[in-house]
Formats: sequence, structure tokens, C-alpha cells
Amino acid sequence: MSANTWTIAAARDALRKGEITAVDLTMSCLTAIDAGDGLNAFVHKTPDIALDQARAADVRLAAGDAPAMCGIPLGIKDLFCTKGVPSQAASNILKGFRPEYESTVTARLFGAGAVMLGKLNMDEFAMGSSNETSCYGDVVNPWKVDGRKLTPGGSSGGSASAVAADLCIAATGTDTGGSIRQPAAFTGIVGIKPTYGRVSRWGIVAFASSLDQAGPMTKTVRDAAIMLGAMCGHDAKDSTSADIPVPDFEAALTGDIRGKVIGIPREYRMDGMPDEIEALWQKGIAMLRDAGAVVRDISLPHTKYALPAYYVIAPAEASSNLARYDGVRYGHRAKLSAGDGITEMYEKTRAEGFGPEVQRRVMVGTYVLSAGFYDAYYNRARKVRALIKRDFETVFADGVDAILTPATPSAAFGLGEMSNADPIEMYLNDIFTVTVNLAGLPGIAVPVGLDRQGLPLGLQLIGRPWDEAGLLNHAHVLEKAAGFVAKPDKWW
Amino acid sequence: MLDLTHTAPKPRVIAGAKHDWELVIGMEIHAQVSSNAKLFSGASTSFGAEPNSNVAFVDAAMPGMLPVINEFCVEQAVRTGLGLKAQIHLASAFDRKNYFYPDLPQGYQISQLYHPIVGEGEVLVELSPGVARLVRIERIHLEQDAGKSIHDMDPNLSFVDFNRTGVALMEIVSRPDIRGPEEAAAYVTKLRQILRYLGTCDGNMQNGNLRADVNVSVCRPGQYEKYQATQDFSHLGTRCEIKNMNSMRFIQLAIDFEARRQIAILEDGGSIVQETRLYDPDRNETRSMRSKEEAHDYRYFPDPDLLPLEIEQAWVDHIAATMPELPDAKKARFMSDFGLTDYDANVLTADLESAGFFEAVAKGRDGKQAANWVINELFGRLNKEGRAIVDSPVSSVQLGGILDLIASGEISGKMAKDLFEIIWTEGGNPAEVAAARGMKQVTDTGAIEQAVDEIIAANPEQVEKAKANPKLAGWFVGQVIKATGGMANPATVNALVAAKLGL
Repeated sequence: MSANTWTIAAARDALRKGEITAVDLTMSCLTAIDAGDGLNAFVHKTPDIALDQARAADVRLAAGDAPAMCGIPLGIKDLFCTKGVPSQAASNILKGFRPEYESTVTARLFGAGAVMLGKLNMDEFAMGSSNETSCYGDVVNPWKVDGRKLTPGGSSGGSASAVAADLCIAATGTDTGGSIRQPAAFTGIVGIKPTYGRVSRWGIVAFASSLDQAGPMTKTVRDAAIMLGAMCGHDAKDSTSADIPVPDFEAALTGDIRGKVIGIPREYRMDGMPDEIEALWQKGIAMLRDAGAVVRDISLPHTKYALPAYYVIAPAEASSNLARYDGVRYGHRAKLSAGDGITEMYEKTRAEGFGPEVQRRVMVGTYVLSAGFYDAYYNRARKVRALIKRDFETVFADGVDAILTPATPSAAFGLGEMSNADPIEMYLNDIFTVTVNLAGLPGIAVPVGLDRQGLPLGLQLIGRPWDEAGLLNHAHVLEKAAGFVAKPDKWW
Repeated sequence: MLDLTHTAPKPRVIAGAKHDWELVIGMEIHAQVSSNAKLFSGASTSFGAEPNSNVAFVDAAMPGMLPVINEFCVEQAVRTGLGLKAQIHLASAFDRKNYFYPDLPQGYQISQLYHPIVGEGEVLVELSPGVARLVRIERIHLEQDAGKSIHDMDPNLSFVDFNRTGVALMEIVSRPDIRGPEEAAAYVTKLRQILRYLGTCDGNMQNGNLRADVNVSVCRPGQYEKYQATQDFSHLGTRCEIKNMNSMRFIQLAIDFEARRQIAILEDGGSIVQETRLYDPDRNETRSMRSKEEAHDYRYFPDPDLLPLEIEQAWVDHIAATMPELPDAKKARFMSDFGLTDYDANVLTADLESAGFFEAVAKGRDGKQAANWVINELFGRLNKEGRAIVDSPVSSVQLGGILDLIASGEISGKMAKDLFEIIWTEGGNPAEVAAARGMKQVTDTGAIEQAVDEIIAANPEQVEKAKANPKLAGWFVGQVIKATGGMANPATVNALVAAKLGL
């Protein structure tokens, strides 16, 4: 098997044993990337940087004290600011923007010796669940049915597609309402959104600041544990970053969950949920029970209010976070006509620079924060958020160690299939994932099986705050029991 | 702290064509926090730097940049709150005030609408001895300053300078307790004085480091008292806000104009539209900037990039323990310890530098005399040359030295003034300069007695006249001092002349 198909763990061990060099590993990924243009996952390739970093990694590896991520080639979501490299959040409004700084997450990864292969496609400003809002065009899921091109999910669709298609060993993602977990589930990979505050947001283009968290998207749970360890930790530059110790996540993968209590929330059994999803969920329950866990029905009574609350809070914050894209200092500025003033400059720049979904959310956000509507929408949504958080606190206080739910209400759907649908239908993709962001909890999507069409389906595990170690161990057990080894047929 | 006893001043009454009107004024003072770094970034706050040289990535609102609170700015706000006898809120929070303007890179200003760091306080504003207005402070919150738009460099383009962007401001909001233009200016003066004592704002109005938004309304006599009894604003008139005033004189002129404008409208049967106005000093008028309907909808909401600001009582206590003596206390102490008049105490406590200078001179000396010398000789001379006290060529040690020479009788008051001039221009140790120049009044009675005897002997007719009219003894005193080359101590000469003439 060519090296680009390896996991982080396998590559790490091979690199340390000298069975492969970081340069060769990187070359294998670069080759796969060039062959994978049909997926439209990479929007900016950085082979020169990658090879420089790989050479430096080989020096460290030779010295014998290289960290786990040393020499591991990664794809980086375009939402991360990478110094000197285009970082556009897949938006035309940031056309040509090359930051003078490196995000904390990428700085940590590169500091640990990881290699940047390039920037990955995504929904514009991480707003979307199908990767169809990108200024770079749709990302294609490597999984295909009947020759139909499918969405990899979103917003981290480029990351998901690239990892699933073995264009890179792993990728960074970000998750505001499910943007790591939903695409991971759609592409048969693992994606973890850590506890809010676990990973620094500094240098990541903000969508909704109180919800955004970065996390790894990997081929296995072990890889997620390894990569998360290198991404997280306190950062004084992010006031919401938590100053708490980072455990050895990989060491926590004992495979032993005997006696652990798994909650099954009845409110996640939605009307009209496909049988296959229900069946998958039951399969997951059985797997955890067989591994010695105690399965318990639980109630999270405010779940049904989560999606509307999310689609008030996230756009509200986004409307403010995106105000800085005004054409004054960087990025796109519209060509002005004679007599145009500052208002015309703003209006034309933002109308040209932002796509329709971003414009929709900016308008929704502006509306819900406006005088006269603030209490009815934004404040009410904040109250709902507090209740959702309390729902989780209550079940955790009752002894629940982790919660098992479906990751998505369906398998990957066809690109363009939702283009004429009500935006709300697209938003329903986030139904199982947004609660986790609203409550600030860690959540992980693990591939568990294939549907009738042969498309991957995932389950989500939700953990206690800061208990990524325990969560990863549960996910590790589920992964082992599911034995998901399917790979998409290479057509690209 | 010692509270000066006072009575409240009468409100300013403006006679309209139909009846009398009273003024009601509330102020929002924007005071730039004295701090080397900005509120949420490490960029410098130095004034007059090259445009766009004091700008951190977060100040320019680059993508993904995050604010981190500058603890020193918080400390300065707490210190200011304590100086205004205000409630310090151990928990406060930052909100975003959203609006578009090129000098506001984030598209929002980080401020504290819902939970300010400082709550209710007060400022005692003295207008004349024993007459003072107690102005209630509603709140003080921390917020970011905006940058500067420059429209006059190019006919087609505007430019922006972000040096000021993100600099910490304290917005100090008063209750509508100010009742006239003079009171308004006195309030700003007093607040500025306190801030300067505290070291929390340099009070430089010219540089815009202290700006005032002035809310003015008018009402019929009696209405304000109803408001005071109920705190119900409906008893008061509709207010207009005059933005961005940075001169004491213009504040007064603008209030006066605005009050008269409102009175004219009301007496014509019109009503006041709540709006924001700008004062034009060239035409001495206020002009509408935007009405309430046109007002921005700022869409305030809690800033999700910043956790609620929590401070500990122990920290507040520590700041309280290191507070400097404030103007009211210093004034009271100067009056009781040095026997100063109310007026002199006011002059000498106007700023810390003057107070410190005076106190250094007065310590262990005659306080009143020290006050006279500092105010009349030193301040007089400084004013004449347009110098500040910190640039005084005569130090407090030197002035003290001069006063010591007077006190010991070694030089006369007249000589002291000459000596002051010499020290002013040439410097030096007063005692040494006096000695070197032979400036020493003669107190040796033997020598003076001889001179008295000689003059009496040489002027028998004057002697007779003086005996008849003792007031003419002064002629002899003058002659003796002249004969001794101005060196004789006048008191000694007086006594001797009187004795010799048998007066």
C-alpha cells in the first residue's frame, strides 16, 4: 500500500524506525493530491513548504527525539491562517489574502514537525453542510453511488474528502455546529470536536466565536488522539482558551469501558428518521453493551430547541465577526463608480465578496440582534442554550459517562440535490451535532457501517467536558467493534 | 476623607420671551486611560507616532485575531472608580457595539453596555467657597477608541490612521445633575483634576485624550425638583446630545447656544427632537448630526471572544490602599495645616505638580508666606513666560532657601525678590548667591545706631517736625536705609529711630 494511505500511527512508527523518510511520505501524498484534483479538496497546494518541512522533520527524526506528529503530512482547512500562504476561508472577499501570522493550531502542529501539504476546500466561512458554498466550487465525496457525485458534507468537506481519499494522512477541521463530525460521517472517517476552550481559536477565521472549535479529522480514533494532543493546550492569545493540563490521549485508549455508563437520549429519535440510521444506532448500542458498558435511556428535554437556537446564535455572532470584511484594509474591494462613497464601497464589496449563504446568515444575524427583536430571538436563544447545557449537566451528574447518538440524519446526498430546497432542510443536517456546540462539549464521529447504497454512516459519541480522553476511548471501542474498513473505489 | 461642607448653587435660569427656563445637563466624558499599551493589544499608545505605526494585528481586525484584556487598563478603571467614590463591580462584561465606519476596523467597538466595571459614584464640584454641586456618576465603563479618518489629504480618497484604534477609554457617565454652562465646565475641570491626581488619564483635551458628550435639555422651574424626587425623566425636557467637545470654553458656549435654541423652539409651540448635534465653534452654533430615527442600531451583544471580567476584592483593596491623596482632601489639609485661604488652597491644589511644589516649599516654614511666594512670585513669573510648573527654573529647594533667608532676617523682602530674579535667570544656591553679592541686610544695631545718630544730628529741623508729627519718622527710616545702602533691616531701623526721637 502506498504510504499516503497510512494512518498517523503507522506513519509515525515507520518514520521512527527509518522505514520511510518524511520526504518520501510527503511525496507520496503530493502525488496523490495531484491525482485527486477531481475531488476539488485542495484549493492551494504547498509542495515547496511541504518538502522543506519534511526535510526538517527527517533531521529531527534522525536525531531521535521527534514528537509523534513529526513528518506527518497534513491538509489544512482554509479557515486557518497560515503565514504567507493564501488563507481565504473559501471566500471571494478574502481574495489574495496572505496572513503575516500563523494560527496557534498550525503553529503547534508545525512546531511538532507536521508537514503542510496545502489548504483545503470548505464551505465559505464554514457556513454550510455540503461544501457547496465555497468560492472554489464544490468538493466531491470520494464515495460515489451509481456514478452520482455526492457531497462530502460541510463545512470541513475538503478535509473529509482529502482524508477519505488518502490525499493526506490527516487534516485539520473546525466545527461550529457539526462541521467536523458531519463530513467525517459522510466520508467514513473519524472527526472530533473538542471541548470549547481546549483548542486555541487564535488565527482561525471566526464564524461564531462562542461555538467554533478546531479538531483533527483522521482515519482512525488513535490518529485523532495523537493529532488532538498536538493541537490543544492553553494559549494566552485566546481569552476563551482553558488553562488546564492536556492528558496523553493516546495512552487513554485502553479499550476497556467495562462499567461505563452510556446514555441513549430518547429525544434524538426523530420523526421520519431513516430505518437505516435507527438500525445503525441500535448496532452501536449493542457494540458498547457487548464491550461491558451499561446502556441507559436518558432524556435531554430541550433538544428540539437546539437547532433554532443555534441558527439564531451562530448567525448573530457571524454577522458581527464578518463586519471586518469591508474592503478597507485587505481582501476584495469593489470597483467604484464616480460619485460612490463609503456606503457604496461597503455595499458593493460585500455583495460581490460574500456568497448567498453567507449573506443570508449575515442578514439573519443582523435581524436577530436588532432593536426590538433582540429579546425575542437572541436573548431567548441564549436562554435555550443554557437549558441545553443544563440537560447535559444533569445526565452527566447522574453518572452518564458518554452519550451515543447518530452523527447525521442520512448518508451523504448528491451534490446539487438540495440546491432548490428550503435552507432549513440543509440546516437539518446539523440536528444531532449542534447541541454539542451549544453545550461546549466534546463530540466525536466514528464510522460504524455502510448503508444499502454502500455509503458510510457514522455514530456520534458525546463526552463530559474536558474528558476527551474518556471519549476517545469509548470511540476506540466502538471503532474496533464496528471494524469499519471500507474504502471508496478510486474513480478520481 | 474630609468632605467640604457646602450648599448647592442656584441653577442657571434663562429668561425666555414668555417665561423662565432652567437647564439640565448630563455628561459622558471619554477619558483615555493612561497606559503604555492598548485595551486589547500590546500596541503602543504613544501620541504623535507615524500614522499606522502603533497597530497590532488585532487592532487592524485581521482575520482570526482575538482581543486579550490589558490588566493595567482594568486597574486604572478601578482606581478611577475608587477616586470617584464609586461602586466597583467585581464582575463585569464586554459587549460589541456594531457599526460600520472605516476607522473602526472590526466593524464593532468593544465596550461595556450591560455590565460596566464601575457603578454609582459622585464628584463634588466647587463653584465658589462653600458652594458646590454634588454630581452623581451613573457608571464608568471601559471601551476601545476608534481610529482617525483623514479626508483632506486627497480630493477623491480618504485615509485612515489606526494608531488610536483600540486605545482604552473610560466613559464616565454622569446623572443629569449639572445645571448650567459654568457648572458643566467646572465639572469637567474637577473630573480632569481627579483623573490627573489618580494618574489614570492625562486630561490632555487638545490631543483629544479627554472629550465630552454633553446632553442638554431645558425645563420650567420646579420640574427638576420633581425629577429629583421621583427620578422620573418625564418631568424633564427632551435632550439633545452635543458630541465630542474638547474645550472648556466651547462646552459652555455650546450649552448656552443649545439651551437658547431649545427655548426658542418650545416658546414657539414646537417640540424638541431628540438628536445628536455637533458644535461649530466658528459659527458658535450646534447643528443636527442625526436624529433618533436615523440613529444607528448598534446591535449590542456580549462579546464571545472575551470571558466575563472577574476581579477580586483583595485586588481592589490593594489598589485602594495605594490611592494618592485626592484634591478635596489635599485642599482641606492645606487649609488646616498651612492656614491657607480657600482661594489659595484651590490654586495650589489645582494640579499635583503645583501642590507638590508648594508642599515642598511650605514644609517646616511659614505656610502662608510659602503660598504667597508660590502663587504671586513663582506662578506670576511662570505665567509671564508661559512655562509650566515642571519647567520652573527655580526649584522648590531654591525657593525654600530664599524663604529661609527672609525668615532668619538675613535679607529683606525686597532683597528676596531680587534674589529670586537672580536664581531664576542664573540658578544657584540662594544663601551662597546672597553672600557672594553682599545681599545681607544689616541687623547689627551698633552700625545702624551710628547711622541714625548721624542723620538726626544733621537734620535738626526734621527732628523737630517729627517730634510734632510722629508719622514723619518714616523719613528718617528711609534716610538710614539709604545711608546703609539698603542693607539695614527696616524693622531694626524703625525701632531705633523711634527710640532716638523719643516717639
